[in-house]
Amino acid sequence: MTHKQRTYKRRTMLYIPGNNPAMLQQGSVYGADGVLLDLEDAVALNQKDSARILVSHMLQYISYGTCEVTVRVNHIDTPFGLEDLKQIVPLQPNALRLPKVETLDEITRIIQVIEDIENENNLPHNHMKVHVMIETALGVQNVYDIARYSNRIDAISIGGQDLAADMQLVKTNDGIGIDYARKQIVMAAKACKIDVFDTVFVDTEDENGLRDETEYIKKLGFTGKAIINPRQIEIVNEVFTPTEQEIRKAAKIVKAFERNKAKGIGVFAVDGKMVDAPVVQRALRVLEMADIDVATL
Amino acid sequence: MLLKIKAQAGSFESSDILIMVEPVEKGTGRTIELKSIVMQQFGDDLLKQIHRDLDTFNINDIRIIVNDKGALPPTISARLETALKRSAQLQAGTLNH
Repeated sequence: MTHKQRTYKRRTMLYIPGNNPAMLQQGSVYGADGVLLDLEDAVALNQKDSARILVSHMLQYISYGTCEVTVRVNHIDTPFGLEDLKQIVPLQPNALRLPKVETLDEITRIIQVIEDIENENNLPHNHMKVHVMIETALGVQNVYDIARYSNRIDAISIGGQDLAADMQLVKTNDGIGIDYARKQIVMAAKACKIDVFDTVFVDTEDENGLRDETEYIKKLGFTGKAIINPRQIEIVNEVFTPTEQEIRKAAKIVKAFERNKAKGIGVFAVDGKMVDAPVVQRALRVLEMADIDVATL
Repeated sequence: MLLKIKAQAGSFESSDILIMVEPVEKGTGRTIELKSIVMQQFGDDLLKQIHRDLDTFNINDIRIIVNDKGALPPTISARLETALKRSAQLQAGTLNH
């Protein structure tokens, strides 16, 4: 394998159609934190074999640098899913994205298949992570049980278009129809201490709409967002990157924490506001997102 | 691998390659018709790679028409493998073409 281990940041994950060589070979140059090599919805039904073989070759040849490389396979109950797993699992991308997972039984069965393939290839079970996509009402109802099933599941994502279709509604830019699902999925992810990714914003011309949606989902607690066009990267990365003011404030809190810790004080004030452990944790997270090493403060 | 039918894979898109394969009588050998937008720079490399990949699949008798739009080696190998598997009707996990 030529790609590296995952980076910490997961603000933007760029979908790349699995049957498009030009985009596959350039995937890492756009500035997204991760690439999602897609064998599912972005590939025509009569090109599934072609995409699977192309992605397999690309994974062995192309370096995606610091980008996290995730492959979205087809659902195991489609005619394509099992073959996707047989070809992709031995190549051990950073993660597999499993679409339309609805029940605990289903995720149990899929992970068993993945681990059987790993066993056949003498591969460990702890390298390649699994991202679960929740895209149906039933999946939303079962999301916590699904998310906590295995510690190799390190992210959940919501598939807004399919979920809206399953709920027999049209996904609007205000996201009202899927708002409950978003919150339920975030809560499940937080309960399991794993990352959570938002759905794509399909109107690539509407930059203000993308910014509004990204600011909203950041407030809900999402880690990042899947995107479908390189032009969306800058906006989403910007929203998820701390501002200078936020960084200064975080640095001040962490420095004050270090000073007070040495004196054995756990709760103190910075600029008149109480600071305790959760506030320090948030500040540390801000510095991490800004690529600032605490030791250099 | 036993080729059974004419088949193709790839496209005329930039960075892709369209490969058409056709089974021929045993003992006929390999006939490769090659067009590439980078023929002058990489034509020999492309031809060598196709022969290498055919060796891997143990295919000695075949007619291939290749139209290259600047594909990288993994794309060339992938499209050839897809065309061969389609020709041999071995493509698991897909719909018929």
